[in-house]
Amino acid sequence: MSLITGILEQLINGLRTGSIYALIAIGYTMVYGIAKMINFAHGDIIMVGAYSLYVFTAILELPAAAAVILTVAVCAALGIVVERIAYKPLRNAPSLAVLITAIGVSYFLQNTALLIFKATPIPFGSIINISGIRLGNINISGVTLVTFVATAVMMVGLTLFVNKTRAGSAMRAVSEDRGAASLMGINVNKTISMTFAIGSALAAVAGILYICQYQSLQPTLGALPGIKAFVAAVLGGIGNIPGAMLGGLLLGIIESLSRAYISTQLADAIVYGVLVIVLLVRPSGLLGKQKTEKV
Amino acid sequence: MNKTSAGKTPAKYGKIVLNILITLAVYAVMMVVIQGGMLSRQMTSIIIPCCINVMLAVSLCLLVGYLGELTLGHAGFMSIGAYAGALLTNYLDMPPVAELLIGMLAGGIIASVFAVVIGLPVLRLKGDYLAIVTLGFGEIIRSVINSLEFTGGAKGLSGIGTYATYKNFTFVYIFVILTILLIANLVHSRHGRAITAVRDNYIAAEAIGIHVGRFKTMAFVISAFFAGLAGVIYAHNVGILKPANFDYNKSIEILVMVVLGGMGNIKGSIIAAIILTLLPEVLRSAADYRMLLYSIVLIAMMLFNNSRFKLAIVEKRNLKKAAEIQKEGE
Repeated sequence: MSLITGILEQLINGLRTGSIYALIAIGYTMVYGIAKMINFAHGDIIMVGAYSLYVFTAILELPAAAAVILTVAVCAALGIVVERIAYKPLRNAPSLAVLITAIGVSYFLQNTALLIFKATPIPFGSIINISGIRLGNINISGVTLVTFVATAVMMVGLTLFVNKTRAGSAMRAVSEDRGAASLMGINVNKTISMTFAIGSALAAVAGILYICQYQSLQPTLGALPGIKAFVAAVLGGIGNIPGAMLGGLLLGIIESLSRAYISTQLADAIVYGVLVIVLLVRPSGLLGKQKTEKV
Repeated sequence: MNKTSAGKTPAKYGKIVLNILITLAVYAVMMVVIQGGMLSRQMTSIIIPCCINVMLAVSLCLLVGYLGELTLGHAGFMSIGAYAGALLTNYLDMPPVAELLIGMLAGGIIASVFAVVIGLPVLRLKGDYLAIVTLGFGEIIRSVINSLEFTGGAKGLSGIGTYATYKNFTFVYIFVILTILLIANLVHSRHGRAITAVRDNYIAAEAIGIHVGRFKTMAFVISAFFAGLAGVIYAHNVGILKPANFDYNKSIEILVMVVLGGMGNIKGSIIAAIILTLLPEVLRSAADYRMLLYSIVLIAMMLFNNSRFKLAIVEKRNLKKAAEIQKEGE
C-alpha cells in the first residue's frame, strides 16, 4: 500500500514540475514554429517573471492578483521588445546567427538581473495561500493545486485560441508558410510579435508558479527549467503545441520518478537519455510530423 | 597530398611562408614576453586558456563550419579527454612531459571512441534535433561523471600535476599549431572537400558517390579527438577538474567563438577564440559590468554581421574579385 502511495505522490510531484515545463515548452515551440529559431533567452523570461513578481509584491506591496497581472504584462512586453530589437533584423540571416543572438540576449537578461538584484539568493514567500487537500493517504499542497488548475486553464485557452480565432489561424498560417501568409494579407510582423508576447506571458506564469514552489530568487534561476523545457519541446516534436504539453508532462514525471527510485544524481542523465532514445526512434519527436526532403 | 596541390602557384607558396613566419613571430613574442616577466599574473594565467580555447574552437569549426552540423556537446568530449588524461597521469609515475604526452594521446583516443559510439546513431538527425541531442549527450556525460566514484564526483578530481602552465608554453604551443595544421590540411584535402560537399547539399553529395554517413562520423570523431587533447591540457593547467565546469554553457562558449569568427573560417575562429578569452580579463576593471558588456558586444556583432552595411561591403569585395578573375581569363 505504502509503495503505491509513494508512487502516486511522486507522480503528482512529477505532474507539478511537468506542468511548469509544459508552460515554458509551449513558448519555445510556438516561437520555433513561427520564427524557426531556438529562443535561448526564453528561460530567462521566467527569471524576469519571478523577479517582477518579487518587486510588485514584496517591494511595491501590491495585492497578489494585481501583481500577477502586471508580471504577465511585463514579460509579454519584454518578449515583444526583445523580438523587435534583437531577432527581427536577423529574420533572413542564417539560423546560427539568430541562435547566438538569442544566447547574447540570455546573457544580457541574466547579467542585468545580477547587477540590479545581486547574486545572493533572495528568499521569497509564496503568494499562494491555499491550504492543501488530502485524498486518501496522499497530501496535495495548495501550490500544486494552483499549478494544475492554472496549467489546465492555460492549455485549454491556448488550444481554443490557436484553433478557433482569426489571430490563431493567422499564427498557424505564418508558421506553415510565411510568404504565402503575407500574400493572403496576414500581417506577419504583428503575428510574430503576438507569438512572442503569448510565449513570454506563459513563461511569466511558469515563473510565478516556479517561484511559489522553490521560494528563492537568483539571476540564473531560469536556466535549468529553460533547458529542461526545451528538451520537453523537442521530445514532443518542436513546433507542435500539443507535443510540447505532452513532452513537458512526460519529462516532469520521468524526472520525478527517477529521482525518487533510481538515483538523484543520475536523474538528469535519464531525462536526456529518454530524449535521445525517443529521437532515434522518431527523429522529429513524439508528435512531430516527418518531413521528407526533396532535391 | 592530393593531386591538385601538386601544381602550387607562387602565391600559394607565399601564403605558406607567411603563415610560418606568423607562427614563429607569435612564438618569439610570447617567449620574450614570458621570459622577460613583462606580464602581470593575471595575463600569464590566461595564456594557456587562450591556447586551449583556440584548439577547441578550431576543432568545433570543423563540425559547425565545414560539416555544417550544429553540435552543443563539445564540452562533453573535452571533459572525457580531461578526465581520462588526468586519471592516467595521476596513476603514472614518469617525467612530466612523458606523462603529459601519454595522457594527451589517451585522452584524445578515448574522446574519439566516445564520438564513434555517440556519432553513429546520432548523426542521422539533422539541424536543431542534432543540436539538442548532442546537448543531451554532453549533459549525460557530465551527470555520469558527477555520480561516479573514481572521478571524484561533484567534489572534483584533484591532485593533477600542473604540467601545462605558462612555463611550459612551448609544449602547449606546439600542440596548438599541430591542431591548426592538421585541421586546415584536412579541410583542404580530398576528404575536406567531401565534408564541405555534404554541408552544401548532402543529397547531391550522395548522388556523386560521397558516403555521407562516413564523412559525418569522420569529422565528428576528429573534432572530438582534438577536444579531448584540449581537455587534457586544461586538466593539467588548472590541476582540479569539476563536472560543473563542463556544462552546456562551456559548449555554447566555444560555439560563440566559432560563429563570431565567421563559420568555416579557421583563422577567424582562432582570432575570435583569443579575443573572447582575453575580453573578460581586459574588461576586469569594469568589474560588475563586464559580462553585461560582453553580451551587448555579442548581440551587436551578430546584428552588424547581418546588417545591410556589412552585406554591401561583402558584395563590393565579391564584385572586385569577380572582375579580377575575369581579367585573368582574358
